[in-house]
Amino acid sequence: MSDKKTIPNASIGSSAENSYKKPETTRRSFLSWLTVGWAAYIGVTGGFFTVIIRFLFPNVLFEPPQTFKIGYPEDFSSNSVDIKYKKQFNAWVVRDEESIFALSTVCTHLGCTPNWLPVESKFKCPCHGSGFRMTGIHFEGPAPRPLERFKISLANDGQILVDKTKSYKWEKGEWENPESFLKV
Amino acid sequence: MLDAFKNSVDYLSNPTISFSLLTVLTPLLFPPTDWFDKINRKLRLHLLWTKTGCAISMAVITFFFAVGFLDENFSVILTKADNFPIILMFYSIFFCTWLAMHKAYINDERLEKGLKPSEYNDPDDKVLVWPDLVYIEFIALILFTVFLVVWSILVAAPLEEPANPASTPNPSKAPWYFLGLQEMLVYYDPWIAGILLPIFCVVGLMAIPYMDINKKGDGYYSFKERRVGIFIFMYGWIVLWLFLIVLGTFFRGPNWNFYGPFEYWDAHKVVALNNINLSEYFWVKLLGTGLPDNILLREFVGFIVVGIYLFITPVLLAKTVLKDMVKSYGLVRFGALMTFGLVMLSLPIKMYFRWIFDLKYFVAIPEYFFNI
Repeated sequence: MSDKKTIPNASIGSSAENSYKKPETTRRSFLSWLTVGWAAYIGVTGGFFTVIIRFLFPNVLFEPPQTFKIGYPEDFSSNSVDIKYKKQFNAWVVRDEESIFALSTVCTHLGCTPNWLPVESKFKCPCHGSGFRMTGIHFEGPAPRPLERFKISLANDGQILVDKTKSYKWEKGEWENPESFLKV
Repeated sequence: MLDAFKNSVDYLSNPTISFSLLTVLTPLLFPPTDWFDKINRKLRLHLLWTKTGCAISMAVITFFFAVGFLDENFSVILTKADNFPIILMFYSIFFCTWLAMHKAYINDERLEKGLKPSEYNDPDDKVLVWPDLVYIEFIALILFTVFLVVWSILVAAPLEEPANPASTPNPSKAPWYFLGLQEMLVYYDPWIAGILLPIFCVVGLMAIPYMDINKKGDGYYSFKERRVGIFIFMYGWIVLWLFLIVLGTFFRGPNWNFYGPFEYWDAHKVVALNNINLSEYFWVKLLGTGLPDNILLREFVGFIVVGIYLFITPVLLAKTVLKDMVKSYGLVRFGALMTFGLVMLSLPIKMYFRWIFDLKYFVAIPEYFFNI
């Protein structure tokens, strides 16, 4: 090791005459650069938020109508569950001895879609094993309350009208409500 | 011969049996008291932590999976890409547990002879973080990355068709690491099983250093000096967490019914699961009357049961069995320990009540989404 000290690059050639020269900034060039800067900033943030806001509006509207007609009461044979409307409207149409009602397909435990098992005559949820009778009453697994029923009525043309905006809960005694079933 | 093996595994996989077996086996494998330790030595279970024990156990696990792989029903579950981590989990968890217990038993013997534990180094003989530790971590990181890359190339990600709210797959299983939580959801209301119990898990694990004031076994493996702590942790970790994952993966089939691993997944298997709330047991079955309209009156038995469990048990324990513990731990620490311990124990208790008595909820107030 020699004693020679290394000189930092930055200090090479520096002297009082050869000092750092100021760039020539005029008021005009400063303002034009400022304008460019602000324009770029507004462009970038504007574009960013436009894309974000656009993202909130999907290209497709998935929602089927909340109120729909499902045909005439005679179309449903008694003591049967119609799963025709499950896929589009998330509702089962059940007809028992004296009434027709529309059940929600949302399991009251955590919201999976149960399957109708005709042989066992029950709705069975594949997620945690909750089971519901044809009436919608829960009887097995963890579901704490029965399936909800939708508002059901007869339209002027004699067809059954299901209104999903209004639902009736058994545990609140709402199944007594004449709007929650259709006497046949 | 093989069929007999499969049938017996199917029979043992019934949760009442398999869960009970594990519950009995855990204190025997990790004996928390002298009494259990005596049985452990008598049954020669401590030999599991020897090298021969490790080799035999690994062979048993491999045999089980080999039989499963050749079985037409079990192989469907085993060869599913989602379930590959579970198979790895069997080996890795066993190996890590074995390694720790193996070293702990060696140290226990050394300490008994008055020697220092085998990890003991001369205070001047230091190991540096850089490069010693960081190099090991770096190499492990590279090897694991290679493993993950090779895995992801060889096995396609188990993607399914686009989600359709009208058709839920049957059975509908969470990712493998969440299957323990999904199993808890069968027994508890979503807000307990999905929010409260996981918070208790996380906070409870964080609270261990504050509740466990035993300074022995610090910096070296030891079983004898902290056997109660190890037993409680192993029960929660292996039985209440890992076994529930295994249960959800291997034993749950269509309609979330229980199936043996070698059993055919018959979607039309009928299992009677008519669950009844405690209030119905009390008012309808015992007293023969209808349920009262007043919610609090209807559920008062459940409130009493839960209240006794959560608030009277700790007091009783503090007055009797755990008297010395209260003295050395102090009230706050003892209370925290009891809270976490009782909440943890409530899971197996609830599971047994569901399996044996078809009990749905102790307190059932669906009107206000409050079910315990």
